[in-house]
Amino acid sequence: MLNVIVCVKAVPDPKEADRIRIDPITKTLTRGNVPLVLNPLDRNAIEAALQLKEQYGAQVAVISMGPPQAAKIVKECLALGADRGLLLSDRAFGGADAYATAYTLAKGIEKIGLPDVVFCGMASSDGSTEWVGPMLATFLGMTIVTLVTEIVESSGRQWQVKASVENGYRLVQVDLPAVLTVTRELNVPRALSFSGIVKARKKEILEWGIKKLELQEESVGLKGSPTIVSKMMTRERKRQVEFITGTREEKVERLIQELVDAGAL
Amino acid sequence: MTKSPGPVWVIAEQTDRRLLTVSLQVLGRARRLADQLGTHVGAILLGDKVEDAARQLVAAGADQVYLGDAPHLAIYQSKAYTGIVVELAREHQPDILLLGSTAMGRELAPLVAARLETGLTAHCIDLLLDENGILEQQVPAYGGLISIICPERRPQMATVAKGVFPNPELDESRAGEIVRLDVPENLLWPVRTLEIVREEPKGVPLETAQIVVVGGAGAGDAAGWQRIVELAHVLYAGLGSTRPVVDEGWTGLETMIGQSGKMVSPTLYIGVGLSGEQQHMVGITGAQVMVAINNDENAPVFEQVDFGIVDDCREFVPALIERIREIQST
Repeated sequence: MLNVIVCVKAVPDPKEADRIRIDPITKTLTRGNVPLVLNPLDRNAIEAALQLKEQYGAQVAVISMGPPQAAKIVKECLALGADRGLLLSDRAFGGADAYATAYTLAKGIEKIGLPDVVFCGMASSDGSTEWVGPMLATFLGMTIVTLVTEIVESSGRQWQVKASVENGYRLVQVDLPAVLTVTRELNVPRALSFSGIVKARKKEILEWGIKKLELQEESVGLKGSPTIVSKMMTRERKRQVEFITGTREEKVERLIQELVDAGAL
Repeated sequence: MTKSPGPVWVIAEQTDRRLLTVSLQVLGRARRLADQLGTHVGAILLGDKVEDAARQLVAAGADQVYLGDAPHLAIYQSKAYTGIVVELAREHQPDILLLGSTAMGRELAPLVAARLETGLTAHCIDLLLDENGILEQQVPAYGGLISIICPERRPQMATVAKGVFPNPELDESRAGEIVRLDVPENLLWPVRTLEIVREEPKGVPLETAQIVVVGGAGAGDAAGWQRIVELAHVLYAGLGSTRPVVDEGWTGLETMIGQSGKMVSPTLYIGVGLSGEQQHMVGITGAQVMVAINNDENAPVFEQVDFGIVDDCREFVPALIERIREIQST
């Protein structure tokens, strides 16, 4: 039976994330109390694991690094059908860049046992770097395919997948164990079911900190991050808006005029 | 500074033996950074029979081109490409290492960074040097801009999307060294690209479209999104989207405009039902005239466009389409 791990992240709800802003005067972040939710692309990663489980049988573990509140999204993944959850949470993990995040996740994964397949969402909606999957694969000594749009063949230990490239795809043959980062074209994530929520109550979420992982403070969180934010700036305004007002018909006519001027009509 | 820093490097990319525009653009900026630092520009090019492309890198400003030229390197192979770049970087110790934010660059860059145990910044919209010669890597975030630096580890690595930097001038008479690499042939990679299949893009290509219509989450639902698709269609415009729309699944990643998507410079930009997130707006700073339609008069997008229309796009767009059709039928 395949051992599958899905890496997930609690992110500020993308629908409200624009409330997190740089204060024009203090140049610090105003966080605006945006609730944490499961990163949208991680739903596709979970779905990929669950489909594998249904098709061939698999043990699916979910792992996340984040604040204690992130337990909520790990729980959600258990309710979706994952078998066990692991939250890596410690003050020392705070402020991690993609490198330190991938390193810490790799140590967590090593500790629960190397899997056959790791699925990650291709990027998180807050960081948007796409780096954690490939860096994680490197630290685990596993191979990687990023931007997976289709799993063509997954019955044996040698898979074939399609991965997104500019104006097309590449067909990739990959031997397990491997890390795959997935796009939203890969599948349609399932919704939570009532029975799933009930079953999840009996599933365990492990919570591990720096001691359990036997890591040094210098190699995790802000201290373990090669990159740091050195400055925050607000953007200067380069355009001055003119509001087009009036009835809807008047607004349409005025916009039509702009379209004519631009040569569109 | 007491000693001159290592070179500024670019990992160039080719498809069908032609250099990608973004590679030349990044090389142009590498040249400028190297001149400021007083160091060389190096480029790595991997492919099959790509010597002409290597010469073009010299013409665009490279002092050294490390050329891996072999049939098994014709298309991107993560194991081979990562191995070659890591080995070269260990030998020559570049101070800065840059790549285009392409599908290849976005996989290769983090693989190389992790092996070299260094930092990597995604999809920069500017690269500058601070007073200590450290690379300031600017990315949009939280309604503004942040500078990311990698103060201690080397190389300082970043990816940059197409269209962020201008095309450099090519000087065919420029002198530069092409260093042919002795590349190992190991075809037993545990991961290998079997083939790359290109598909005909649908609709008007975004990069060259005169008009670009971009829809945001304000479309409301898939049906609302279809009206924005229709607006782009009647205007023969390129259709663009923001990340929330892609996350909703109304359209594919290839339509996304912004920091991690495409950069476009149309004559006219029409943003419909989008809030004006920096990650999106940096993708269209080159537009001549910009119009936004949003039902929230306080939406940040109105601080960044020339014309604003406060209206519910789900009602406004059908009215606009109807009027355009009337005009087109007369």
